[in-house]
Amino acid sequence: MSEDVFDAIIVGAGLAGSVAALVLAREGAQVLLIERGNSAGAKNMTGGRMYAHSLERIIPGFAEHAPVERLITHEKLSFLTETRAMTVDYHNGDAPKSGEVSYSVLRSKFDAWLMEQAENAGAQCITGIRVDKLVLKDGKVAGVEADGDVLEAKAVILADGVNSLLAEQLGMTKPVAAENVAVGVKELIELPKELLQNRFNLQGKEGTAWLFAGAPTDGLMGGGFLYTNDTTLSLGLVCGLHHLKEAKKSVPQMLEDFKKHPLVAPLIAGGKMIEYGAHVVPEAGLRMQTELVRDGVLIAGDAAGMCMNLGFTIRGMDLAISSGEAAAKTLLGAMQRDDFSKQSLSEYLTLLEDGPLRDMKMYQKMPAFLDNPRMFTQYPEMAIGIASELFTINGKPPVPLRKNILKHAKKVGFINLIKDGIKGVTAL
Amino acid sequence: MSTPVNVDVKLGINKFNVDEHHPHIIVKSQPDMQVMALLTKACPAGLYKQQEDGSVRFDYAGCLECGTCRILGLGTALEKWEYPRGTFGIEYRYG
Repeated sequence: MSEDVFDAIIVGAGLAGSVAALVLAREGAQVLLIERGNSAGAKNMTGGRMYAHSLERIIPGFAEHAPVERLITHEKLSFLTETRAMTVDYHNGDAPKSGEVSYSVLRSKFDAWLMEQAENAGAQCITGIRVDKLVLKDGKVAGVEADGDVLEAKAVILADGVNSLLAEQLGMTKPVAAENVAVGVKELIELPKELLQNRFNLQGKEGTAWLFAGAPTDGLMGGGFLYTNDTTLSLGLVCGLHHLKEAKKSVPQMLEDFKKHPLVAPLIAGGKMIEYGAHVVPEAGLRMQTELVRDGVLIAGDAAGMCMNLGFTIRGMDLAISSGEAAAKTLLGAMQRDDFSKQSLSEYLTLLEDGPLRDMKMYQKMPAFLDNPRMFTQYPEMAIGIASELFTINGKPPVPLRKNILKHAKKVGFINLIKDGIKGVTAL
Repeated sequence: MSTPVNVDVKLGINKFNVDEHHPHIIVKSQPDMQVMALLTKACPAGLYKQQEDGSVRFDYAGCLECGTCRILGLGTALEKWEYPRGTFGIEYRYG
């Protein structure tokens, strides 16, 4: 082999890609990380909140140096109809425990920082270059081609995002199916820091994560989100692609109407939009995963469907980081064995079983459970209906609570409630 | 209470570096019109615009590269969908 053969070429400097580059470079591997954006993060968008545990393992105390926005201490979950809302509110005032915390982040800043860590560890990083295809030798992946140049490597990690055109070229994944993904849209809204903190009842670096079900997506599968950043709010929604046929309004219109909801409008009042973004989100978990390993190639991050949506928690970034780490560890082992065959690289799957795949398997029934129109129409209406009668005094004879609940439960149908209840219990 | 959204105004705030001579998305000459109608609702950037004569006009400038139209329409409405060449396209300043 020639001198110019890298131990690993990694496509995509998102979280999975940069972590893989960092872990490999620390052990002295010759690594090339290639990113199509002008800088790492330039093409990336999150809701978003990152659970810290997986990066904490790789870079202990990272949040002291990394550009994180706020430490999430306030969790809210709201059910919305067009004009009403019912909210569950949880506040954690304990001293934060490293490994259990989560942060709101903005990817353009965060990803650039993470790539810098890989670079400092010795990885070669190039931005502004799009990998056009993979180079095969004797049926094995042996490098990449970009702008007509061929770059060789013993193995390639594809961390090129949810629309992994490269994995598709190899035939490792099928074209993304609409029922496996959702589209997310987001506005970044700037507010004076003090106003933001007062409005959300936050002290210092504290932050809020807020999810909304029901009206934001016009009753379709999906939901709204709001995350507080340092001096901005990330406000947006996510809607399942296979339900858009039934949508009565466009996705951008859903976001516009969500902003006008009486619960939301005062939260963003006086704010200035400074960016508008969109991204496709993998939603189907294990259902959408196919091959993650072949001779000379591994797939990580969103490209590998590393995402879990349980309705109340949404994970993607922490799983991407774990998968990047697992891919790097696998390649380090393969370098020692000097064997980059599919069999040798299959250690990747074993490593994933101890992390992302373990969690995804446990909740594998969840995507199907949530893909149920009742979740996004009748249940929010039921919760709000019950609350509305509970809190309304109009001089008429009061209705006993049990009758109130039964009346609203009847609208959904007892059989449906039992069916969904059983499904929910088994999915969890 | 719903006011029609103007997505172009929102896109105007973003930073783009449009590759003027290389469209990265090409609509078929005879696209499936049902799919095109779906794309007018689905595209977060509102780049598929219903015209008064019933046709749909598409402009790739302003694309957020999310891939929604690729997933819903490649082969039926779209002839080609690829990422813009390196350095071109959307550049998120915040993300």
